[in-house]
Amino acid sequence: MDYLLQTMVAGLMLGGVYALVAVGLNLIFGVVKIINFAHGELVMAGMYLTWWLWSAWNMNPYVSLVIVTPVMFLAGIAIQKFILSPMQNSSPTMKIFVTLGLSVFLQNLALWMFGGQFRAVNFPWAEQNLSLLGINVTYGRLTAFIVALALVLALFYLMKRTLVGKVLNALVEDRETAGLIGIPVKKYYLAAMGIGISLAGIAGTLIIPFQAAYPLVGAHFTLLAFVVVVLGGLGNMAGSLLGGLILGIVETLAGTYVDPALQQVAVFVVFIIVLIVRPQGIFGGSARNAEVGLK
Amino acid sequence: MLEVMNISAYYGDAQALEDVTLSLPAHGVTAFLGPNAAGKSTTLRVVSGLIPAATGTIEFEGRDITGTSPQERVAMGIVHVPEGRRLFNTMTVEDNLILGGYTKRKDRKTAARLDEIYDHFPKLAERRKQEAGLMSGGEQQMCAVGRGMMAGPKVLMIDEMSLGLAPVIVKQMFAIVKGIAATGMSVLLVEQHVKNALEVADFGTIIDGGITRATGTAAELRESDVVRESYLGH
Repeated sequence: MDYLLQTMVAGLMLGGVYALVAVGLNLIFGVVKIINFAHGELVMAGMYLTWWLWSAWNMNPYVSLVIVTPVMFLAGIAIQKFILSPMQNSSPTMKIFVTLGLSVFLQNLALWMFGGQFRAVNFPWAEQNLSLLGINVTYGRLTAFIVALALVLALFYLMKRTLVGKVLNALVEDRETAGLIGIPVKKYYLAAMGIGISLAGIAGTLIIPFQAAYPLVGAHFTLLAFVVVVLGGLGNMAGSLLGGLILGIVETLAGTYVDPALQQVAVFVVFIIVLIVRPQGIFGGSARNAEVGLK
Repeated sequence: MLEVMNISAYYGDAQALEDVTLSLPAHGVTAFLGPNAAGKSTTLRVVSGLIPAATGTIEFEGRDITGTSPQERVAMGIVHVPEGRRLFNTMTVEDNLILGGYTKRKDRKTAARLDEIYDHFPKLAERRKQEAGLMSGGEQQMCAVGRGMMAGPKVLMIDEMSLGLAPVIVKQMFAIVKGIAATGMSVLLVEQHVKNALEVADFGTIIDGGITRATGTAAELRESDVVRESYLGH
C-alpha cells in the first residue's frame, strides 16, 4: 500500500511537469491555431540549455531559469515571426509539416551540438529524499512539481483576470472579430508563442535534474502533451492540468507495476479509450472546442 | 467627416463593389440601405479596413486613410459592429465590453465608459457577469453595440442591427441608437428595411449592385420617386 502511494506521488510530481508542457501547447493551439509538433523539442532545448549552463558555467539548474525563461520566450517569438507568420495563409497541412520539420531540425541540431549520449545534470540536492508522512519524494521532483503547478496557476490567473488574458481568450474564440475591434492580433500571436514556448523550456529545466537529455527526448514530450490536451479538452486549460497529473500517475504506475517498457503503451491505452468514449475530452465540452479546429 | 469616394472592391476575382460613394456628417444617424447582396456589408468591411479598396479613397477628418490597418482605424474612431453581432460568446458581457475598449485601454477611463454604456443599456448592467452567448438576441445586439461604443467612436457603423430581432426590440434599439447619435457621434445604420430605417435616420444613402444609387436627407429619400418605386414598393 505504501509502495503504491509512493509510486502515485512520484507520478503526480512528474504529471505537474507534463501539465506545464501541455498548457503551453494548448495555448499556442488555441490562439495561433497551429499544432506545434516541435513542442517537445523545445522542452529538449530547455534541458540542453540548462545542462550546458551547468556543465560549462557550473550554474545551479534552478538558478538557470533566469536565463532559460527569457531565451525560450525569445525563441518562441522568433519561431512565430520568421517561421509560422509567413505561413499564416497556407494550408493546415503545410503548417503541420513546418512544425514537424522544425522538430526534426532541432533534433539534429542537438545531435550535432551535444552528441547522441545522455546528458545529465548531477545535482546532489535534487537526488535527496524528503520524507513526508512516510512517503519519500526527491527534492528534484518536488521542486519540479511545485514550480510547474505555480506556473500553471499563474497562467490561469493571467487568462482569467488580466487584459492580456482576455485578449488571448478572444483570439481563441474569434480572431477576425478581435482584429475588427482594434486588437493587434499578430502581436498577441507573438505573446502566445513566447509564453507557450518559455513554459516548455522551463519544464525542460525542471526535469533535467532527474531525467537526462538526449536528442530524441522531445518526441516523448510532444506525444504526452498531445495526449494531455486531448484528454483535458482542446482549449480547456484546467483540463490540461488535470490531464497532465493523471497521465503522470498512469505512466509511473504502469512503469512500476507492469513494465517500464510499457509506460507509453499505458499512456496510449488511456488516450484511445478517451477518444472512443469521450472524444471531446474528459473535461471538454466547452463551446469553444469547436473553434479550435485546424483552421 | 468620413468620405468614401468611388471605391470598388473584390473578393478574389468576384467584384463586390463597383462605385460606392458615401459621406458621413459629424453627427446624426445615416441609413445605409439597399437590397440583399447590394454591397452594404462589403462597404463596411472596406471602411473598417478588413478588405482593401481596389480603387477609390477613404478620407477621415480630412486625412486619407485608405491604406491604414483596421487597428489604426479603430484607434482613430471608426468602429464597425459586425453583422451577426460576433460576440465572444464564452466570455462575460463585461469582458466583451472591456475588450471593445482595447484601443483606449491606457486612458484610465474604462470604468467611466462602462458606466456610460450601462446608462444607455440598463439591461447590460443587469447581465454584466453573464456569458454573452447565453443572452437573448436583443441583449446580444445591445452588447455588440456597447462593445463598439467602448472604443470611443466618432463613427459607429452598425451592420444589420435589426436582423432576427422582434419588432418591439428593433424599435427600442433604434431609439437607443438615436440617443447615442445625439451624444455627438455619427452612426451609420446598415439596414435592409428601407422604410423603417428612413424613419429613424437623418440622412440616407442607397446602394444596389455595388453602386451608389441615391443619397440625401432621410426626408428627401422618403419623397423621392425613384426610391419609392424601387425600394419602398409603393
